[in-house]
This record gives sequence, structure tokens and C-alpha cells, in this order.
Amino acid sequence: MEKLMVSSSPHIWSKNTTSKIMLDVVIALLPATIAAVYYFRVNAAILIALAIITAVACEWGMQKIRNQDSTISDFSAVITGLLLALNIPASAPWWIAVVGSAFAIIIVKQLFGGIGQNFMNPALAARIMLTISWTGNMSGWIKPGVDAVTTATPLGLMKGASVVPKNIPSLFDTVIGNIGGSMGETSAILLILGGLYLAYRGVISLKVPLIYVGTVGILSLLYGGFNLTFMLYHVFSGGLMLGAIYMATDYASSPVTKRGRVIFAIGCGIITSAIRFYGSYPEGVGFSILLMNVAAPLIEKYTSPKVFGEVKQNA
Amino acid sequence: MKFLTFKGGIHPPEFKEMTERLPIEKAIEPSLVAIPMQQHIGAPCEPTVKAGDRVLVGQKIGEAKGFVSAPVHSSVSGVVKSIAKMPSSSGGEVVSIVIESDGQNEVDPSVTPKGRIEDLKPADIVGIIKEAGIVGMGGATFPTHVKLSPPPDKKIETIILNGAECEPYLTADHRLMLEKPDDIVFGLRAMMKAVGVEKGFIGIESNKPDAIEIMKKAVVKHTNIEVVTLETKYPQGAEKQLIYACLKKEVPSGGLPMDVGAIVNNVGTAAQVAIAIKTGMPLIERITTVSGKGIKTPKNLLIKIGTSVNSVIEQCGGYAEKPGKILMGGPMMGLAQYSDDVSITKGSSGLLLFTEEEAQAPEPSACIRCGKCVDICPAYLQPLHISNFSFNHMMESAEKYRALDCIECGSCSYICPAKIPLLQSIRVSKRYIIAKKRKQV
Repeated sequence: MEKLMVSSSPHIWSKNTTSKIMLDVVIALLPATIAAVYYFRVNAAILIALAIITAVACEWGMQKIRNQDSTISDFSAVITGLLLALNIPASAPWWIAVVGSAFAIIIVKQLFGGIGQNFMNPALAARIMLTISWTGNMSGWIKPGVDAVTTATPLGLMKGASVVPKNIPSLFDTVIGNIGGSMGETSAILLILGGLYLAYRGVISLKVPLIYVGTVGILSLLYGGFNLTFMLYHVFSGGLMLGAIYMATDYASSPVTKRGRVIFAIGCGIITSAIRFYGSYPEGVGFSILLMNVAAPLIEKYTSPKVFGEVKQNA
Repeated sequence: MKFLTFKGGIHPPEFKEMTERLPIEKAIEPSLVAIPMQQHIGAPCEPTVKAGDRVLVGQKIGEAKGFVSAPVHSSVSGVVKSIAKMPSSSGGEVVSIVIESDGQNEVDPSVTPKGRIEDLKPADIVGIIKEAGIVGMGGATFPTHVKLSPPPDKKIETIILNGAECEPYLTADHRLMLEKPDDIVFGLRAMMKAVGVEKGFIGIESNKPDAIEIMKKAVVKHTNIEVVTLETKYPQGAEKQLIYACLKKEVPSGGLPMDVGAIVNNVGTAAQVAIAIKTGMPLIERITTVSGKGIKTPKNLLIKIGTSVNSVIEQCGGYAEKPGKILMGGPMMGLAQYSDDVSITKGSSGLLLFTEEEAQAPEPSACIRCGKCVDICPAYLQPLHISNFSFNHMMESAEKYRALDCIECGSCSYICPAKIPLLQSIRVSKRYIIAKKRKQV
């Protein structure tokens, strides 16, 4: 008899793998990425490419230094690079993309243990780092098109207002992304399309984005005195879609429990709205998700599901 | 259409098409059987024969020692060649009685019909089941008479027959339901009388519509028995999950089905009860699905207990290619064998042959905290955390995260995209926790 493999059950495994999941996220982000290149032309393409290359190179380099197996083939570094690029304005200089990506991978991801161990979303942490360090470069919003005319984002225009200002772009342009903003934050509709794909593939549950966006929607409705247009601008502009669909659903930095995810999403929505309405920044998505990232372990601890048979003792 | 089900669970590929349309075939008479003295959960049996004795079909050759135990009978007529420790399909070595068949199949005079259910008292039925050595035939092999003897303070209201057969590949129960529906109903009625319950359920997964139809016809005259369609989802046939699907009651953590007034038995067990009452023949053969890419001709075989796996493989055309893994049971909960030189036992619901490629476990990578294991765990645990604690030898934390509530269905290991051996590591922590508890007592 030849040697037989002996192992404990189960003996079959699903075909799903980490790299398939990550590849799905890349695919989901493609429409918005293509739109970014379409709206913001060559500079967008250069920034996206630089961010991705830097992210992958840093991951490879860090793992080389730490004598670990390389995980660059799991596409997670590609996502970080791409997400970071989508978080910066198209007018940013090339080194913003490089510094941001390097920070995301080296500091936020690898120094904390690599994939699955980062306590914050790497791309988002890098975005906030860049915004604080190079505020000018990170808020040089330009109008879509070849001319790169400086403009303000819809949220910038609405800052401090509880009504919709007159000079704001049309709601239609806001939804399709024909407005100023970070490269990937502009086209809400394409980001939603990608989100639906991710939900269809079972990569994310739509619960988190829906609750997050819903919370912001309700709060802006209240703040704007039940002005529907005001609410729609808040829902469709800024980083809300990108954040709610692609960053608040980040596995490593959000709770794994079902109830925990609900609390996490509501918390993101409340903090986002608070910063938008009362803070000094026009946009609060980045800070809100990072703050909830930090709270995630605690939320997870207190939302452990009731084990089967635990409640109905002697029912 | 919404079917009865539990929360959580997975949808592994079914792989049932290889055998689901093949009628049950009688296996070739074994010339030699090796019958282990322990084929059940509980105390092993003591041999009642010695080398050189002539034994008959259905003759008791191993006496149950203790209440949680089940006697063992000869499946052939012939001469006892030896009694010795031999490799067992449940791992390790077990005292086994080797009998050389004389090919006569002379039946022991003790094997006589036991009469009609109506004429039998509840205690008689439990006694017949006990003497027939009947155990849970879905693979768990818990002695059936023990299940049917609840303490007097436990009021049992329902008996549920498990016809879910949620394990991939396996079709033995499916074929049994198609071919012997009346035996199953007879056995269920006998067990219902034995514990005095009014309500019986037969739960079948929706992927077996033919079996559902046939079983529904078979219970037409018995209004207190209901055939229910279960969602096709693993582990639908797990005891506590099946009870939840049928009764919407959660068996308390650490408790038994009787705590919610239910007893669960496999359809195969019920059919065996019918045989024991109708003919008096104890449990000496069972239906086993022989399947997998590694076997030439997959079959559903009626195999005598003690037949060697080796000879079963031979009559199924032999190995299709170099075998990588031999499983006793299904691919989710079955036991990998280190040799094909073991016997078919009372719990052998399946004999699966995997190719070398299929046998290769995928390389685990880092946990990405996707939470899929939490989403699908039918016991509502957080496998990623328990597993992590186990790997880091933090057994107290594993216990706090309720490792002992794990039903070992393997859904978490199956679904994990990082291919982390979640169940395997949780098992390790359970062992530690249980060992520690024993020490404390």
C-alpha cells in the first residue's frame, strides 16, 4: 500500500481564496478608476500607476527585510495603492502618491504584522497623514477635463451651510462624478456599481455601506431641515461612497461580528456627519472610519454573538 | 419556496450524482470478516466466543459491557480464526474477532421475528433494539437504546428522523429512503411507541425530491408522522441544527436533545430497528456509499460488518488512480484512514477515495479577518478567535470563547479563504479544556 494522506476533517475546501477576494475588490474599483482617468486625464493615470507600483514594491521590500514569504500575489497591496490613489486629488504632485503608498504599506500595514493585522485602513491612514502634512497639495481640487482649472468640491461649497448653495454643480454631475474632488471620490454611481458587484460575489455585505450612508442621509436630512436636495448632496458627494463601500468594509480594521458591524457603520455615519456639520474640515469620512477602526476591537469584544443554546436555557 | 433550516451553514458541492441513481447492491460475500469489538460510542464489548468456535449469522459474539455500549454479532457463519487487536477505522487498534466464512450463511436460531408493534410493550422494543446492537447509523454510532431510555423526569415529545444526508458524496440514506420507505416508517413508529411520543418528523433535504415524495406516500396512513423538507445546506443533519430546523428550539449549550423534548435518529437506524423487529436479525450489515474520484465504479453497497475495505474497493473496480486519501464517512466529518486494511463497521456511511491531488491540503495563509467563519458557524461561535487562541496556546481564552460549544462540523475550515485549519485547531483547544476539566473534578 502506498502512503495515504491522513488529516483531521474536513477534507474539502471551498475554492475561494484571499487573492480571489482581493482581485474582486480591484475589479470592483475598475469602473471608478477608469472614470478617474477619463475625468482627470494623464496625471490621474500617472498617480494611480505610481501609487500601485510603490505599494507593491514596499510590500515586497518589507517582507524581504523581515524574511517573510512575499504576499504581493494576493493583490492586497494593489488595492491599498489603488485606494490611496483614488483618495488624492488629480493635481497632486507625483511624490504625494509615492509617499502615501509607502506610508500605507510600510507603517500602517507591514509594521503591524501585514495582511489582516493592520488596525487601521492603510490607504485611509495614509490619506489623513498626507492631508495633515501637505494640506495644500491634498486639497488642490481641479475641475475634470484637460485644463485643470481649480475648483471647490461640493462639500467645500456646502461647508458651514445648512442649505444648498447656488454655485454648486448640478446633482446629476455630482452623481456621475463630473465635479472636483479626489480622483475616486467623484463618481458615486460607479462606486455603487462596484459595491453591488462585491455584494454579488459575497465579498462584502451591503449592510455596512447601507447603514453608513443611511445614517449620514438621516442626519443630513435633520440638519438641513428636511431638505431632500441638501441630503442628496451630502450622500453623493465627498468620500462617502468610496469610504462606505470600500473602506468601512475593510476586513482587518472592522469588527467580524454582525452586531459589531452595525454599530461600526452607525458610528462612522455619526462621526462623518458631525465633522461635516460642525468640524473644521469639509469632509469627515476619513477621520470617522479611522476613529471607528480604533474602536473596532472593543466593539467586537462586546458584540460576541450569543452561542447556540445559550439563551433558551431549559426552554 | 422556503424550507425549514437553521442559521449559518455552507453550500459545499454535492458530488452526489456519481451514486444517487444507483440502486443498493448486495456486496460480494466476504470470505473473511474482522469484526471489531468497539464500533460504537461507549464501552467496548467483551468477546463471547474463542478461536476455533463455530459461529452463525446473527449470533452474538461480543457482549456489551456497561449501559452505554452495544453488543456485536457475527455477520457470517463460519469458524473463529483469531481474536486480536487490529487496526480500526476509528483510529488506533481495537480487539477484533476474525471469522472465516463457510459460505453457508447458516442463521443463528435466536434470530426469530419479534411480532407486531401493537403487541410489543415499550420496554420490549428498547430491549430488542439493545440486543440487536443497533447504534446511530449516520456515523455517530451512539447506542440507540440509550437514546430511547431518557430519565423519567425528561418528557420526550418528538422523535425526528434524520434523512438530511447533508454530507457531500453520500447517498446511502437517499437510496434507503427510495427503496425501503416502509421499513423506515415502521422503525420510527416502533421507536415512538418505545418512548411514548405522539409526534414524529422525517426531515429530508430539498435536493432529494424523489425521496420526499416516496416518504410522504409512506406516511399517508400515519397522521402523527410528518415528512418535512429541509433546505439543502450543510450541516442540516447535525443533531442540534436538525432539531432547530424542525422545532425552532435550541438545545441548551452542553445539553442533550432530550432537554428540548426531542430524540434524533438516522433513517438508517430506523430501518435497522424495523429489521430487528420484523426478522429478529441484529445489525450485521449496512449500506455504504463507495464513491470519489479515486474509485473506478462508485456504488451504494449493502456490506456485511467486518468486510475489509480492501475487498470493497476491489469489487468497485479498484483504484482509479494512485489513492491519496481514504475516508470513512463524508468529506466534512469523515475519518481519514492510514490503511485500506480496516473493516466496514456499523458507522461506515461512506467509503470515499480521493486522488492524490484531492488529498493535498491547501497551504494556509494569514487570516484576513473576513469574518466568513463567524457568519456561517452554525453554533454561532467566532472560529477565527478560538483558533488563534489555540495556536497561541491560550486555552483559557479559547474556553471563554466557548470552544466546547463547537459541533466540529468543519464549515469554518471549509469556507476560510486563507485556508486556515480552523476546526483542527479548535479541536486541539477542546481537548486541552476537557482534559483540564477532568483533572479538576
